Amino acid sequence: MKIPFKRHSVLPGFGLTMGFTLFYLSVVVLLPLTTLFLRSSTLGWRRFWAVVTTPNVVASYKLTFGASLVAALVNAAFGLVVAWVLVRYRFPGRRLFDALVDLPFALPTAVAGITLTTLYAPSGWIGSRLAAHGINVVFTPAGVTLALTFIGLPFVVRTLQPVIESLDLEVEEAAASLGAGRLKTFARVILPTLLPAWITGFALAFARALGEYGSVVFIAGNLPMKTEISALLIMTKLEAFDYAGATALAVVMLVSSFVLLLGINRLESWTARAGA
Amino acid sequence: MTRRERGPSAANQGEPLAVRVGLILVALAYLLLFLMMPLLAVFTEALRKGWAAYVHAVSEPMAWSALKLTLITAGVAVPLNLVFGVAAAWAVAKFDFPGKNVLVSLIDLPFAVSPVISGLVFILIFGRTGYLGPWMQAHGFKVVFALPGLVLATVFVTFPFVARELIPVMQAAGREEEEAARVLGASGFTIFRRVTLPSVKWGMLFGVILCNARAMGEFGAVSVVSGHIRGKTNTLPLHVEILYGEYNYQAAFAAASLLAFLALVTLVAKSLVEWRSGRRQEGAS
Repeated sequence: MKIPFKRHSVLPGFGLTMGFTLFYLSVVVLLPLTTLFLRSSTLGWRRFWAVVTTPNVVASYKLTFGASLVAALVNAAFGLVVAWVLVRYRFPGRRLFDALVDLPFALPTAVAGITLTTLYAPSGWIGSRLAAHGINVVFTPAGVTLALTFIGLPFVVRTLQPVIESLDLEVEEAAASLGAGRLKTFARVILPTLLPAWITGFALAFARALGEYGSVVFIAGNLPMKTEISALLIMTKLEAFDYAGATALAVVMLVSSFVLLLGINRLESWTARAGA
Repeated sequence: MTRRERGPSAANQGEPLAVRVGLILVALAYLLLFLMMPLLAVFTEALRKGWAAYVHAVSEPMAWSALKLTLITAGVAVPLNLVFGVAAAWAVAKFDFPGKNVLVSLIDLPFAVSPVISGLVFILIFGRTGYLGPWMQAHGFKVVFALPGLVLATVFVTFPFVARELIPVMQAAGREEEEAARVLGASGFTIFRRVTLPSVKWGMLFGVILCNARAMGEFGAVSVVSGHIRGKTNTLPLHVEILYGEYNYQAAFAAASLLAFLALVTLVAKSLVEWRSGRRQEGAS
């Protein structure tokens, strides 16, 4: 059998594996996602717009984007320090902490959610200390940000680590021998090299936070107009059997995630070009 | 491709000691606050009322049926996505065809979809007012609010894991060895089993570990399609949510501790695989 569209290869199995890949991808991912857009189009533009711009929905966008942005920024700052320390320094427990960085990937989000809520509740280990200073985190936007910071923690660290490992020490030595101070070397020589990966890690953490549900709903308390995230509003509409409303909101969230993902891809190809 | 071996002395040059210690303390404080404390809290809360209460909470029938359902769901979803991952990696890594980048991006797509939306799409297809719902109902199939729905939602959210790990590993391994085996007359399956598999097995295992962790822990997507029928469509994470909602905190954390234990096993397995595959590369070069 001749498949004109691929380059000739002596290896067998292209038809089988490619066929199965496309079939499985279509059935599991592409067709289901298409139904989302089909269903929302039956709503009509006017109703669609009305659903996605009601005040509590707009409030949820602000909270979701705001909290995700703050959480990703916090992770960008501390993630750089953590990645740097884990790669460059040797200290007892380094391997343990390195392995622990992936905990937010491995720990189910519902477990993270109830645990953070218990820790930061006024009776919890951390919450009681904060309460002594008049600070309350649970059932506030700060709590939402906290949960999103937890689940976004590994992204910046894990994208930066390989890049820091591959840094050429000789370049730093050259900068130092030319009289640059350590801070200047870092800012002018090291940071520019890390920048693409740093931004990618930030964007990945941000994208993950936008759609997050499980870890947030417990600590958010879901007060209308105050601590309702967009994913929760979809859930609420579903429970009220308002499928059209849920679908419209889902389309808005999905499109914003895709735009972000596209940006990340652009960034990665830019990184690859810069590295070549 | 040789990576320079960095001893502690070479790695530590640069920053003054005070800065180094300061940075280490900041990093450790951050990891302690965000990772260590929650992990400890799960087990502390689970054992708050002592061992007897803990054992009672994890051995009650509802917890057992939730655990069983979680194992069944992951037991179907992970092998499916493993087969897909191997097929996709073979097609992408061993052949050249137009649109390869698009295909790889499409495979990653489920990562960009909120868990709630992942569940929602299956309600739109198989739900009572869905495209296939009425037909399914007429023929006695139940997908949404039943096991097939849980499996579908789990397959969706864990879809990219194995493929994503395998594609770069298979690409890095190249095609020459497989082509040589082919020229020597080996069949496709033999080539895969004897030539490809040995060089990608750690990457594959890595993907399976990550896929399994997500499959067992998925909450949002499963929550949408489950309908929360106790003892029937409640996976372990959903069981945790229900107990917590009933203010039965100790039991909720007891069930959560099983999932946290699973997360720890995942982290250990992941580190072991990383360590083994790292050693393998060193030995090979």
